[in-house]
Amino acid sequence: MAHEHCRHLLGGISDYVDEEASEALCAEIERHLAECENCRVVVDTLRKTVSLYHSTCEPAEVPSDVKQRLYKRLDLSEFLE
Amino acid sequence: MNNTSITEPFVIEALRAGDRLEFSRVVEALSGKVYRLALKMLENPQDAEDVLQETFIKAFRGLKNFDGRSSLSTWIYRIASNEALMHLRRKHPEIISLDQPVETEDGEQEPVQIVDWCCLPEEELLSTEGRRHLDEAVEMLSPALRVVFLLRDIEGLSTEETAQALNLSEEAVKTRLSRARFRLREILSGYYRERVLEKQAHGA
Repeated sequence: MAHEHCRHLLGGISDYVDEEASEALCAEIERHLAECENCRVVVDTLRKTVSLYHSTCEPAEVPSDVKQRLYKRLDLSEFLE
Repeated sequence: MNNTSITEPFVIEALRAGDRLEFSRVVEALSGKVYRLALKMLENPQDAEDVLQETFIKAFRGLKNFDGRSSLSTWIYRIASNEALMHLRRKHPEIISLDQPVETEDGEQEPVQIVDWCCLPEEELLSTEGRRHLDEAVEMLSPALRVVFLLRDIEGLSTEETAQALNLSEEAVKTRLSRARFRLREILSGYYRERVLEKQAHGA
């Protein structure tokens, strides 16, 4: 990661793993990855990091006691299912 | 991940008029998301519950002025994010505000850990311990980076929605998301470095 070119591409890598980087930037990153092992590891582990968080996302649930207190505070208890 | 930009089924006119049944439908649909965000921002169930309640109290009061420039869910996320950040500021006055620049030094996010841990088995990365590493890494992010990461990568908001929720430019959202992800990658690489080296030693 010491090379100037690696640093230059760093800012675009998050967009790249989201597949939101421009075509020109994608091409530049991919050309660089073909010859830079360190950057390949960084991109792979960044992609893995994001995918781990996506796959472990917990269900959006409110525990029933918390929910009851919320509805009471909002004066909505009559609508609690 | 749930995409929040799907058409929302709420009757905005009824909400603006103070219809409580309609508001209860909003609470039912969005309270889980608000609670999850608050819990991950504050790391404390009691504080998260306070933020949850304050968010919907403020939403109910503010609905008559809801201008529809963002979706209702983005607007609720905006209130919730503000509440969570205010809560953190009250408890930790020393932390930086969301409005201040996040970066302090050039090259702050430059990767240091270069170890390929993608080869580790999923069951290890997603084990109870693996999940704890993931949670701990998020807790290590500054609040300004954490809230962007949670809205984008956990709550599934788009860059535009996150920008609306946090009153930031889309460019700022992208920069902070990038910094947050690089920071998380760095922390996780630190956790998994030893495991990879052990594996290589055994395989050799």
